[in-house]
Amino acid sequence: MALDKQQLEEMYRRMCRIRYFEEAVIEIHSSGELIGPAHPYIGEEAVAVGACAALRDSDRIAGNHRSHGHPIAKGGDVNRAMAEILGKSGGYCKGKGGSMHLADFSIGILGESGIVASSVPIATGAALAAKLSKQDFVSLVFFGDGASNQGACHESMNMAALWDLPVIFMCENNGYAITTSYKNSVSVDHVSDRASAYGMPGVLVDGQDAIAVHEATSEAVRRARAGEGPTLIEAMTYRYEDHSLGLDRIRKSEYRSQEEVDEAMKRDPLPIHREAMITHGFATEAECDAIEAEVHTEIDGAVEFARNSPFPEPGDLFDDMWATPV
Amino acid sequence: MPTKTYIQAIAEATIEEMERDQTVFTMGEDLRQSVYGATAGLVDRFGEDRVLDTPLSENGFFGAALGASLCGMRPIVETVTSFLWVGMDQLVSQGSKMRYMFGGQAELPVTFRVRMFYARGAAAHHSDRNYPVFMNTPGIKIICPSNAYDAKGLMKTAVRDNDVCLLFEDGIAISSRTEVPDNDELPDGELLVPFGVARTVQTGSDVTIVGIAGGVQHAIDAAKVLAAEGISVEVIDPRTLVPLDKESILKSVAKTGRLVIVDPAHKMCSAASEIAAIVAQEGFWDLQAPVQVVASEQINVPYSPALEPLIYPTPEKVIAAVRVVLD
Ligand SMILES: Cc1ncc(C[n+]2csc(CCOP(=O)(O)OP(=O)(O)O)c2C)c(N)n1
Ligand SMILES: [Mg+2]
Repeated sequence: MALDKQQLEEMYRRMCRIRYFEEAVIEIHSSGELIGPAHPYIGEEAVAVGACAALRDSDRIAGNHRSHGHPIAKGGDVNRAMAEILGKSGGYCKGKGGSMHLADFSIGILGESGIVASSVPIATGAALAAKLSKQDFVSLVFFGDGASNQGACHESMNMAALWDLPVIFMCENNGYAITTSYKNSVSVDHVSDRASAYGMPGVLVDGQDAIAVHEATSEAVRRARAGEGPTLIEAMTYRYEDHSLGLDRIRKSEYRSQEEVDEAMKRDPLPIHREAMITHGFATEAECDAIEAEVHTEIDGAVEFARNSPFPEPGDLFDDMWATPV
Repeated sequence: MPTKTYIQAIAEATIEEMERDQTVFTMGEDLRQSVYGATAGLVDRFGEDRVLDTPLSENGFFGAALGASLCGMRPIVETVTSFLWVGMDQLVSQGSKMRYMFGGQAELPVTFRVRMFYARGAAAHHSDRNYPVFMNTPGIKIICPSNAYDAKGLMKTAVRDNDVCLLFEDGIAISSRTEVPDNDELPDGELLVPFGVARTVQTGSDVTIVGIAGGVQHAIDAAKVLAAEGISVEVIDPRTLVPLDKESILKSVAKTGRLVIVDPAHKMCSAASEIAAIVAQEGFWDLQAPVQVVASEQINVPYSPALEPLIYPTPEKVIAAVRVVLD
């Protein structure tokens, strides 16, 4: 295995971080502290973590509305992420972005986006900058099966392949766009089948297995850095929770059967990774337990940090509009 | 001083900025063959990497320009007003919002050069004058040069600005000539026009006419006719709509007491509407007559040469409006 103990443990740590973070968000939401929508990433942790484990800090990512897992996987700070979700001044965007717009430019997180597929051209442009300025960073964009049907996606894939841009298109196929199944909206068996239409490799990977996602992404990153162009990866995954917190009209089981949900939840990415580490002798049960306990403490701390962080002042309203003041 | 066309001025600004700064590059459709006239010879001078012919994918390449700008590049994107609609998602959802939404982390130094065709029989799909739409979109700077001098100076300022700039190239003014100094004639060795500073095209005492983009020439033409009748007109060109130099407009109105605004955009929620609103709110007691707006009719652009000219501002309409405020 290309990954060592430290890397595998860090991956597990980040998967736990995302899981417990989202559980905390759900709890906070039910208490009424969180006003806007939030889209839980529970069940999909292995995709973001496997992908980001193949990246450097200088590499760029962009994401979508299901937006807490990507920055956490890239190494984002859970305190600032939680504070942002609560609209606090200590948040990543000083409370101006919220759940769907976490960003940390200092570690290559170019921001999450609420308009489905609108980050795909942005990440493509980041890769264009890498190519034109002859820097060796790559960019990776997370988008859903639903997003794969947007023109922005198709336009970007064409440009990226045409110009051999160092970008990885990471499709998180969780089976649904809100309630519309991908089988009812994607014209081919798999989103990754479309790659051949643009002349780039299309890779189908088990999105519940962080190690498999890491391996597929590593090859795509190698290609990108070598100037061989983009790759489309489709990670098959599953969303455990409702599409969005607060969207109570659309319960998770009304457009998909309970059996389907139960079946999918048997392949939980956290135990899959934990068992892989133990089976292959990279970590002991006790070490995994310790990681889980540490992350629980960390997330409790994030909630406390967020709650204690002050709201922005009315005087902050007009800040951050222009980079060159008018 | 040499005279240059508006389009030459844009081309000069592009070359100078690309020479000055390696991170500046141009992208758009059919640039290498200079289909829209401002990019001739660029590819020979700067190479294909810096003069990118894009696929026909406005939303895609507008977004790619924005993404590249987040990573240290300064793209100049060439397009046409009517094609902005196609790329609206990237322009508005990303371009105008990223910086604020991310708490000031993003810098987006992209200049969109937007050719504004109209009044040339191009019909409804190629005649949009849509800058007011973006005045209602916080986070975008809007530049409307009316002549070659300002086109060059404002374009160079736009390329150096760290925000998304839309520079609307007036299709009527595009081949008009004005004096544009060569760099060796200038004290600083280059021509830069700041944003948010209106130009007083001519001074006068009886009425103020604010012209926007191609509307400035109508104002000048009208002023000439009126001067022969002894009516003294002050003509103001705001040059940028965001930021808008409202002080210069208010000061002029304080002097003349009368205001006519000439705006090639459709009149409802136009730039003229905004200026009229500002003067009503902040300069009301200086006014001696109601503000008059000469803008395009609130109708789509018809094709027929028998109809199209009816919708736009003309010097005659401006003169009529001046008579109303002087009445
Ligand atoms: C352009 C656009 N259309 C519609 C929506 C409403 N919407 C939000 S999420 C979503 C589904 C997205 O599905 P997918 O891309 O598969 O991502 P997932 O939610 O499954 O992670 C829709 C339709 C939107 N935000 N943006
Ligand atoms: Mg989906």
